[in-house]
Amino acid sequence: MRIFFICLQLVLAVLLAPLVSGMIARIKNNLRMRRGSPLLQPYYNLAKLFFKGEVVSRTASWIFRITPFILFASSAAALVLVPMVISASPAYYAGDILAIIFILALGRFFLSLAGLDAGSAFGGMGSSREMFISGIAEPAACIAVFSLMLNNASTSPELLGVTGYPHLGTICAVLCLFMITLAETSRLPVDNQETHLELTMIHEAMVLEYSGRSLAFIEMSSYIKQLFWFSLLSYLIFPVTVDISAGFAHIGSAAVLFLVKLIIFSGIVAIVEVSVAKMRLFRVVDYFGFAIILGIVATVANFIGL
Amino acid sequence: MNKIINNIHFLFDPLSLFFLAVIAVVSLPALIYAAGYLKNQFSRPRARYLNILTVLFIVSMSGVVTAGHLLVFLVAWELMSLISFFLVAFEYEHEQSIKASTIYIVMTHIGTAFIIAGFMLLYKYCGSFDMGTIRASAPAIPGNIRDLIFLFLLIGFGTKAGIVPLHLWLPYAHPQAPSHISSLMSGVMIKTAVYGIIRFVIYIIGVDTAWWAGIILVFAAVSCLVGVIYALMVQDIKKLLAYSSIENMGIILLGIGLAMLFMALKQPYLAVFSLVAGLFHLINHAVFKGLLFLCAGSVYKSVKTRDMEKMGGLIKVMPWTAAFFLLGAMAISGLPPLNGFVSEWMALQAFFMGAIKADSGMLKLLFGLGAAVLAFTGGLAAACFVKAFGISFLALPRSRQAQEAKEVCLSMRLGMGILAVLTVSLGIFAAFIVKPLAKIAGHVCSIDISDMSFSVNNFILSPQPMKGVYLSPALLGLVLLLFGSGAAVSYFIFGRSKARVYKTWDCGYYNMTSRNEYSATGFSKPFQVAFSFFLFPYRRTQKIRESAYHVKSFSYETHTIPVFKRYLYEPLLGLIVKTAGFMRRIQPGSIHLYIGYIMLAVFLLIIFMRKF
Repeated sequence: MRIFFICLQLVLAVLLAPLVSGMIARIKNNLRMRRGSPLLQPYYNLAKLFFKGEVVSRTASWIFRITPFILFASSAAALVLVPMVISASPAYYAGDILAIIFILALGRFFLSLAGLDAGSAFGGMGSSREMFISGIAEPAACIAVFSLMLNNASTSPELLGVTGYPHLGTICAVLCLFMITLAETSRLPVDNQETHLELTMIHEAMVLEYSGRSLAFIEMSSYIKQLFWFSLLSYLIFPVTVDISAGFAHIGSAAVLFLVKLIIFSGIVAIVEVSVAKMRLFRVVDYFGFAIILGIVATVANFIGL
Repeated sequence: MNKIINNIHFLFDPLSLFFLAVIAVVSLPALIYAAGYLKNQFSRPRARYLNILTVLFIVSMSGVVTAGHLLVFLVAWELMSLISFFLVAFEYEHEQSIKASTIYIVMTHIGTAFIIAGFMLLYKYCGSFDMGTIRASAPAIPGNIRDLIFLFLLIGFGTKAGIVPLHLWLPYAHPQAPSHISSLMSGVMIKTAVYGIIRFVIYIIGVDTAWWAGIILVFAAVSCLVGVIYALMVQDIKKLLAYSSIENMGIILLGIGLAMLFMALKQPYLAVFSLVAGLFHLINHAVFKGLLFLCAGSVYKSVKTRDMEKMGGLIKVMPWTAAFFLLGAMAISGLPPLNGFVSEWMALQAFFMGAIKADSGMLKLLFGLGAAVLAFTGGLAAACFVKAFGISFLALPRSRQAQEAKEVCLSMRLGMGILAVLTVSLGIFAAFIVKPLAKIAGHVCSIDISDMSFSVNNFILSPQPMKGVYLSPALLGLVLLLFGSGAAVSYFIFGRSKARVYKTWDCGYYNMTSRNEYSATGFSKPFQVAFSFFLFPYRRTQKIRESAYHVKSFSYETHTIPVFKRYLYEPLLGLIVKTAGFMRRIQPGSIHLYIGYIMLAVFLLIIFMRKF
């Protein structure tokens, strides 16, 4: 029964994932006084890509072919390990929050290789930048997790959040993770999903040679990864999950709450995206430097009990 | 003399057996690999000479980790150093080999001198060369002498381990030896230094002060970062692996240092857990670095160069080597569910648990920063190995040799294959392997581990002080496999979409050549800029002109300043040469004066013996 509900939650979450991007795009456009694309545009795009023909570079090897699957697997596995609506998933035996960081690194590793595989200079540029940014983001993520871990003496994602009103430590750690989320979901000010400008793109540069069904999988993986980060952050700020024994009414209301949290997060991300400009690549070092300092502040605040 | 010979015996306690296992696990595949590697590489007699040296090298390393007597240990240690010197100098027709082996033998002997000094102090205060006896009487050694012994041993073994700033020889010597020897040196030989630290510092002298651990942790953290940053900068594939060895020795020593710290802080569980993390990373690094060096050797044999800028596209002509290298690269970058992931996770958890148990805020913060350093290292290592694999194996070949490369012979593939299988299985069965490692750690720290649990069952790791924290690489691998194959099935089930093979799009710039590809230097450029405060990059550009108006060619070089060599070793060397020049004045060549020196020396000795 529990397994069934966990699987149901996962399937629904995967189906929901593109909607979050649609929502952010919609809010952004409305903030800019535009009408914007339909809310379901990501789904249309996915369907279009899925049934379209595909061009594979002659230079590319099997790395290029299997990367969409590995990327999908890593994002989906990260999503399995994060608490959403139902608590005490047996999947938590597979790994904790640190394991999730390593799992996301698996997808990134292969995507970077795929960027190099086709032999285009843009792909290589994207890979180099992606590994650069993620390399610097890693210590920030680690120290944020570290400060959250002090709360309950656990790195299990379920025990990272603190019930009750959020403490200063939690807020700083979540801010730090939020900055990482912006980078990981290739959003402003680190990357920009909306442009294919050669000099600035990072994620888009790596996937430049992908088309058709493979690209659909890569896009889907990005949506899932984004949902993972949003679920994690919203859980840390407001940790609510229910056990399956609580009954359908409780599960339903927890699911609604989860959706509300996602909408709020989409709004925040959209507002951040319309109000900041893209940074130069080397400013990213300062950006993550600030994130690390936030993490340190969170740690200090946590052990002096603020 | 008789007394010494009677006392010679060999130790086969869990620690020695563990290191013997590490030696065996890397040596066997390396020897299988050598059978194919030496073909057409060297003449028959030279290959035979190399094989004899290799076997003696393995035997001497086994001697180091089993010696139960200090003098036996020293003899084995010196044999190991000398044989590896001959192995580094094996391709003596190359100038680089001579340079590398010279640096190596000088530095390794400076290290040995410190070890001998430490051992002499041990003998003076314990009155024996036997390890058991010394261990029994070690607590009686006065405190400042203990500190001195520790520092001597740390410098001595640290030189062999290649910790920064004593790492100078490592990136010269390891790449220069034949590849299976590089894999033995990086995989096993430098680990004997870790054996020395564990055996003598933790097991025999015993740790009771926290600052010893502090020193090891600081040097280990610096080694991690310096090693990986330099690894990112080099374009020589074997040199890259050598620098990455420095980084991984740092990670191993972080585990060992944490264990010592927790012993001093009286946290037995954490001490055992950290030591397990260190030992686990040690065997993991032996396996995947052995694998990577063997793969690099295959590439070198086929492409005849170690320069990554001249490789590319090898995945198509050398599919096996590429797959093995990829596996090794994934493991060393700490990707699940391979072995490097598990040991790095454990090391991170050791830091985290240390922070939970620590009582002062400062200590907590330091643990957090230590964990951040480790995470940073992991992130940079992943970038480094994306570069190593992506530039050398993917895209278009960058040179004729790379285009004409051939897959290597069966024995070489077999050697690499064994290590590749080990890389996967050490990851999947990590929870199973942790149990015997915990026994070894308990033996070393003299801690009873019977009521400590490290795993829920044979597949799920779970550190005891953490609430509800589990890690199951096997389950994780299963989940990843499930989703990956699910995606693949849904890719193919709806009718294979029309995949057309065509030129690389590249935003419409058709007809690209390998000259358009991203190079290794280009890949690491962002890191070079970001770490310019440490690397001091500079560039040299040169225009070759036909006339004042026409530039015929343009050359561009970028270099970094090797900080440690330039600002530490070169001034030191200059000082030594200067002193030697000064000292030459007492050697004017007159025999009378020399007889006078001997007289003086005898007098001084007599006074010395009387006084002390």
